Formats: sequence, structure tokens, C-alpha cells
Amino acid sequence: MSESRTDWPLWEVFVRGRRGLSHTHAGSLHAPDATMALRNARDLYTRRGEGVSLWVVPSTQITASSPDEKDPFFEPAADKPYRHPTFYEVPEGVQNL
Amino acid sequence: MTTTLPERDAAHDDARAAAFDAAVAAEERIEPRDWMPDAYRATLVRQIAQHAHSEIIGMQPEANWISRAPSLRRKAILLAKVQDEAGHGLYLYSAAETLGASRDELLDKLHTGRQKYSSIFNYPTLTWADVGAIGWLVDGAAITNQVPLCRCSYGPYARAMVRVCKEESFHQRQGYELLLALTRGTPAQRAMAQDAVDRWWWPSLMMFGPPDDESAHSAQSMAWKIKRHSNDELRQRFVDICVPQAESLGLTLPDPELRWNAERGHYDHGPIDWAEFKQVLQGNGPCNEQRIGQRRRAHEEGAWVRAAASAYADKHTAHQGAERNGAAA
Repeated sequence: MSESRTDWPLWEVFVRGRRGLSHTHAGSLHAPDATMALRNARDLYTRRGEGVSLWVVPSTQITASSPDEKDPFFEPAADKPYRHPTFYEVPEGVQNL
Repeated sequence: MTTTLPERDAAHDDARAAAFDAAVAAEERIEPRDWMPDAYRATLVRQIAQHAHSEIIGMQPEANWISRAPSLRRKAILLAKVQDEAGHGLYLYSAAETLGASRDELLDKLHTGRQKYSSIFNYPTLTWADVGAIGWLVDGAAITNQVPLCRCSYGPYARAMVRVCKEESFHQRQGYELLLALTRGTPAQRAMAQDAVDRWWWPSLMMFGPPDDESAHSAQSMAWKIKRHSNDELRQRFVDICVPQAESLGLTLPDPELRWNAERGHYDHGPIDWAEFKQVLQGNGPCNEQRIGQRRRAHEEGAWVRAAASAYADKHTAHQGAERNGAAA
């Protein structure tokens, strides 16, 4: 009875709110195929005109960094303050810099 | 989602538990792939599932009136509202799934009574005014409960609640407006509005759950920052909001002990009939069997639609595969 449902993959839904913005993750849903996923995503995540474009991606196709590795994984960025403009000293009164 | 755990050793576990506690204490959000205590996960699954089921079962009392709405305007509003409830259920099922629960398992638990839904939906919608009373009082109580959940420590639940709360405010306002239209109508319409409020007031107060000293899960949920305010605190907030709103409608709330307490700065209300609450929770409310029966029937009768969609998807995928192979050759 419900086995047809179990087979339906999970899709992640990304919505572009309006032109000029990038797609952002809105949530997820189950659907048998990409076409149905798009239709369901429209009904579920854009009932009030929240989007002008939708992406649906099978959840299994997303590769994520593991939270257990997060410290070493992102560590290289933590000790490089010279990548930020605020790292540099500029004399008072110098303009357009 | 299952993750393979590294070899368990006590120090490693302690470190992860400390990291979890620190994140909760620092008001950071816990995300699906983070380590979390088993009991935290189980509590969230139970609460989010119950919440999702409530949204889905909550479609029924109002759907009862879609075909009998008094105008096209009211019918369109009611259709949109009931569709929103379905959407809310789906956001919440998705949130529960990030914790490892499966959609089928959740539905199965609802259908077999192993997971509950809010007892409020076991009351019948006897007149059109009930649609207004549900919007104003039931959705009003739900909003009071849900706004603090937008800051819940579990990220996916909090995000689902932000979306739900945004949509929920239209629900409450349409209910209030519906009652206002009735109170400005004929004496019979006025009486119908008052009757609906009389019947829905007390069950709405019960929606906040048992009093603080009898609430089984409250203390731990507050410590985990799943829950931000106690049941009684939220109930009081709701009563304080409703009294002036009822006055504006020119309707009374069915509680002779309801009065302003200047010392506390809140309205006092009379005792809640917790025996009734327990009866409804145990399945002896006016509509328990009808609600679950209808849900099961809808699921069973929808089986062919799910089967057809799956069959179409399989055929389409096979066809596309053949085309691709053809092109490559």
C-alpha cells in the first residue's frame, strides 16, 4: 500500500526569490521524479509568490563537508586575517582606499 | 540519514556532549549532522511528528465547510488556508526526517495511533461560525505556541516554524474578520458567533498543555532550548491577548471568573477541566475516530495516485535512459 511512497526520493528545493538574487535552500520534499518534484516545490514553497525560479536536486547528489571535520576543514581560513581589508593600517585622512 | 560513528570511547563522547551543550548554551543552532544526545533527538522527533500530524489532521474540521462557505470570497480563503495547513505538515515532516525518521513510519504511527496530534482537532465544527472561532482562537493559540519555536535550538525545526508563523497570521486574521462579519449581522448570526466562541474557548486554552507542575517533558525541553516558555506562561499570554479582542468583537468569553488582576498585571481565569482534556487525549473526544478514520481512508484511497506517479516516473526514466543511449550510439 505505502511501498510506492517509500520509493520516492527526497529532493532539496532551492528558490530564487527575485531576479538578481541567487537561489537559496528552502526545504525538501518527496517526489517520484524531477518533474513532480518541481510541481510539488511550486505548491509547497511558492504559494505566495516567493519565487521566480526553482531548482530541485536529489538529496543523495549533495556532497557535504562532515561536521566532525569542521575544525580542521575550515581552520586554514581562521589564521589569515591579512585576507581582510581591516588588517591593514592606513594613515588618517587618506581617501578612497 | 545514518552516519557511521567512529569507535566509541568515553572521552570522545564527553567531548561531543560538551560541544553540544556549549552550542545550545551559546544560542547556536544544532544542525542535522551534528552530534546530539539520543534523548534530544527522540524528544524532537516526538514533538515535530505530533506537530506535523496536527497540521494534517487540522485540515479536516475546516475542510468540512469548504463546500458550504457562504460566498466565493470565503470559499477561496478557506481553500487557501486548508492548503496552507497541508504545507505546514509537509515542512514539519521534512524537519522530522532530518533527524532520521522516515515519512512512511511517521504516517504509519499516526494511522495506528502510536503518535498523537493536538486534541483540539477532535472537536466538531458544527456551524460556519466555527471556522471563524478556529481561525481566531485555535490558530491564535497555535501562533502563541509557535512564535517562540522560531528560536528553537534545532535549526530545521526553527526554520520550518519561521515559515509557518508567517503564513499563520493570515489564518488568525481571516477568522477574526469572519466573526466580525457575523457579529455585525443578524441576531441569529451574532448568536451563532457567540455559540462558536463558547465552545472553542476552553479547548483552545487546553492547547497549551497541562499545567507546569504536571507537564512531563517541559523541564528537559526548556534546558535544551527546544521550549522557551512554560505552558502556563504561554496560556496566560494568550488569555491576555484574547480578552480585549473579544471585547472588540462584542462577544463574551465563557468564563465567569475571567477578570483583570491589577496586582499581577494579567487576567485571571477560571479552572480548566483537565479531566475533559485527558478524555479527549485518550481517544474519547467527540471526533477522534472520525478524524483518524478519514485520514486512513484518504491515504488508502490515494494509493492509486501514488502508484501511478511512481509508474510514470519509472517509465519516463527508462525512456530517457533509452534516448540517451540512442544518442551515444
